[in-house]
Amino acid sequence: MTATETTVRWATICPLDRLMPERGVAALVGDVQVAIFRLHDGSVHAVGNVDPFSGAAVMSRGIVGDRGGVSTVASPIYKQVFSLVDGRCLDDADVSLPSYPVRVADGQLDVGLPW
Amino acid sequence: MLELVVIGNGMVGHRLVQALCDRDSAGTWHITVLGEETRPAYDRVALSSYVDGVSAEDLTLPSLTVDLHLGDPAVAIDRDTRRITTETGRVLPYDALVLATGSVPFVPPVPGRDLPGCFVYRTLDDLDAIKAAAADAVARPGAGRRSAVVVGGGLLGLEAARALRSLGLSPQVVEIAPRLMPVQVDEGGGALLRRLVETEELQVRCGVSVNGIAEDRGRLVATLSDGVELDADLVVFSAGIRPADALARAAGLPVGERGGVLVDNRCRTSDEHVWAIGEVAALEGRTYGLVAPGYAMAEVVADRLLGGPATMTPEELDMSTQLKMLGVDVASFGDAQATTPGALEVVVNDPVAGTYAKLVISDDARTLLGGVLVGDASKYAALRPLVGSPLPADPVALIAPGGVELGADALPDSAQICSCNSVTKGAIVHAIGDGADTVAALKSCTRAGTSCGSCVPLLKKLLIDSGVQVSKALCEHFAQSRAELFEIVAGSGIRTFSELVSRFGQGRGCDICKPAVASILASLGTGHVHDGEQATLQDTNDHFLANLQRNGTYSVVPRLPGGEVSPAQLITIGEVARDFGLYTKITGGQRIDMFGARVEQLPAIWRRLVDAGFESGHAYGKSLRTVKSCVGTTWCRYGVQDSVGLAVALELRYRGLRAPHKFKSGVSGCARECAEARSKDFGIIATEEGWNLYVGGNGGFTPRHAELLASDLDTETLVKLIDRYLMFYIRTADRLQRTAPWIESLDGGLDHLRAVVVEDSLGICADLEAAMEQHVGSYADEWRGVLEDEEKLARFVSFVNAPDTPDPLVQTREERGQRVPVALGLPGVGA
Ligand SMILES: Cc1cc2nc3c(=O)[nH]c(=O)nc-3n(C[C@H](O)[C@H](O)[C@H](O)COP(=O)(O)OP(=O)(O)OC[C@H]3O[C@@H](n4cnc5c(N)ncnc54)[C@H](O)[C@@H]3O)c2cc1C
Ligand code: SF4
Repeated sequence: MTATETTVRWATICPLDRLMPERGVAALVGDVQVAIFRLHDGSVHAVGNVDPFSGAAVMSRGIVGDRGGVSTVASPIYKQVFSLVDGRCLDDADVSLPSYPVRVADGQLDVGLPW
Repeated sequence: MLELVVIGNGMVGHRLVQALCDRDSAGTWHITVLGEETRPAYDRVALSSYVDGVSAEDLTLPSLTVDLHLGDPAVAIDRDTRRITTETGRVLPYDALVLATGSVPFVPPVPGRDLPGCFVYRTLDDLDAIKAAAADAVARPGAGRRSAVVVGGGLLGLEAARALRSLGLSPQVVEIAPRLMPVQVDEGGGALLRRLVETEELQVRCGVSVNGIAEDRGRLVATLSDGVELDADLVVFSAGIRPADALARAAGLPVGERGGVLVDNRCRTSDEHVWAIGEVAALEGRTYGLVAPGYAMAEVVADRLLGGPATMTPEELDMSTQLKMLGVDVASFGDAQATTPGALEVVVNDPVAGTYAKLVISDDARTLLGGVLVGDASKYAALRPLVGSPLPADPVALIAPGGVELGADALPDSAQICSCNSVTKGAIVHAIGDGADTVAALKSCTRAGTSCGSCVPLLKKLLIDSGVQVSKALCEHFAQSRAELFEIVAGSGIRTFSELVSRFGQGRGCDICKPAVASILASLGTGHVHDGEQATLQDTNDHFLANLQRNGTYSVVPRLPGGEVSPAQLITIGEVARDFGLYTKITGGQRIDMFGARVEQLPAIWRRLVDAGFESGHAYGKSLRTVKSCVGTTWCRYGVQDSVGLAVALELRYRGLRAPHKFKSGVSGCARECAEARSKDFGIIATEEGWNLYVGGNGGFTPRHAELLASDLDTETLVKLIDRYLMFYIRTADRLQRTAPWIESLDGGLDHLRAVVVEDSLGICADLEAAMEQHVGSYADEWRGVLEDEEKLARFVSFVNAPDTPDPLVQTREERGQRVPVALGLPGVGA
């Protein structure tokens, strides 16, 4: 746990209430594109915004849902489904999205990027 | 490890390597494959689909982990030292060598056969060359349609002709035999086949040959044996194949009388280290030009290389074929030519219906030996596996219209269901017993149905016969079908996804059920698609009210009802496209598409369009797209009704209507049908008396012509029938089901539909009409709705923390004077 905390650089993105439940937004942190989702239960998840199958930066525009109890987002291009918890692609074990830690401080949403 | 070299990376060589990799768990063999073509093995059987836009990647067979050298053919075999030399000078030692070099097209030795514009039809490279030549020909100035000559009217020639036709040429097929497909089909079948394939764009000449080809003013002229001269932009030879056995001949391996490397019942040549499989092999002297026998040979050799006892005989090889994609069903199976001594033939020929069926049976009339089906091959899947088995019913009844329907239970366990991959009924029943409960599961565990697909209907039957309940559940969140959910939503008054899923489903939904529920809610008129929770259900197209393109940008399509557009509006579109750098293209449905808009540009673009009087064209939704029209009585000399006026009225009436699938319409002003209304979900053709209404026409994967629902209608009745038809479709179709398969799925088909919407047999017409009135009355332009609502507008930003920064991954370049996307790299996949 401490490992992640010490190696992460936090970037403030926007107020948390800018995020609509079950719909994503894209954020640009340096030159990294991040897709951020606020779920029905209030939790927030951040994964890479670039769809590994098409190369297009569109993950934030996918439909949010769940598969076998795991919260997911489906790529809007070729529809592969990814876990929002760890970025794993549930349709192709060899592929995954990077996944980033998030935190909320003073109503502001922060995303952590590796140093 | 022992060294195996496979020469040839075609379908059969690939199958051998696959079978060996699957089974060689002990790691006995190290495999090297040499391929002459520069591409990895692909599905040659499906080659023709390449001209319809199926990509080379789609045709590529699964890649295997072996040493693969592409574009480097073997040029010599030294059998004494057991070494192969390749063109680039590679030298490969082997313990076992498999020849899988396939065949080469046979080009009859006519003068002029090497002229530019002459092609063969065998590889993807051949098709690339043909496509380029056809595109050149079509683009060439000059009046009239561009034409091609196809030399050979067999299976391949007809496929090539069809491909040329879809490339925009009018092919003429020249066949030396007195009938088409002389190898597979008998005289009666051939005559009917010719009648069915021949159209204005595809002509057939049988009983003549091509004597020579000459160049004439930049085109070609083919001279036939009867003196006729045919003009052509290109000539395609498909006059047969010859085994690619040159390498084997040079190495001193014995070949058959008519070519092909001689092999025994293990597929071994006279040299115990050398094997031959596929089209290059001559099993007991005979070669096979189909993939199924080649696959069977590959399996035998894989088994042998691992010390197994497999053998094969010509009798076990399946020579059945089905002609693909000419719009005409043809199938031949087993001993179609009745060459078995004493064989009897039973023929049912119906020239009016355009069908011909023949069964070949044994002299005691007990065993099915083979058959031919022309015009309707729907019985192929059930009959072919019966070859060699006792007849389950009277042979005439088996092929007569309305005769015996064969169930899968009539088949013995040994019957081959999938001949491409030699899968028996026994194997499939076994897999079902092991838990494979869908066609997809059967495909992945038995490989049945994965090649030509003709056995898929039989797979379904076997599933049903085994008592497997084919699930109608929409997805893991809803056990109901779409039609059931529609009734639940309509009847229960529930208007949010959350309530629906907590009361009637489970979990939080997915990309299958959410858009389906969104569509149901939209058909029931629940306000703007972005209101409240509904916004979270929309897929990206409906979320941004634009069509997502492959690089993450969107296309913008304003509605042009009936295709009408004023000069001022045209200028606005031009200005918007210019100012935002959008690529413009006229669509097939009489619209103007503007491509390449980024999310954050959409509101500004639409503000200008809305100000100029445009509204959303719904090109993004599962909804009414276009009502195409001709010019009708307004301008046309032939028009008998005002097709433009009707098209505009219909398009305005049904705009914004959400349905299980997108749907389209067309209106033609007379029977000349310039609007192609019969290829639409509903099409209208003017008559002297009024309008004819056609339903269930579809483009897409399985194109279908619409069928007549009612004729000579006045406008009011016409609109009423369309209202009912569309609402009935919206309420009862499955998710993503187009109108044609929906009508087919109704018990009673078109007749049932007519009973419901014309005769009101269910007493629901008033209801359906009221639902449509409600839609028409509550329509509002979706884009205007967004522009007037700050909260909705706030969603159209590129990055939540940098709203106006464009997506840096979207890059464009110029092509033919317009901006097009630079193809994106694929980070992290496929390595
Ligand atoms: C348009 C078309 C449609 C067809 N439709 C059907 C159908 O509907 N049903 C059916 O059963 N069959 C069909 N066939 C036939 C089917 O494709 C063949 O039977 C099958 O591909 C044979 O497999 P193969 O591996 O023996 O030969 P191929 O698939 O031809 O592979 C042989 C490979 O070996 C390579 N090669 C040759 N010499 C050398 C060398 N010296 N060194 C290295 N490589 C070499 C060739 O370049 C080629 O890639 C069709 C064929 C075509 C062209
Ligand atoms: S369909 Fe008839 S009315 Fe319409 S343009 Fe063609 S010929 Fe004219």
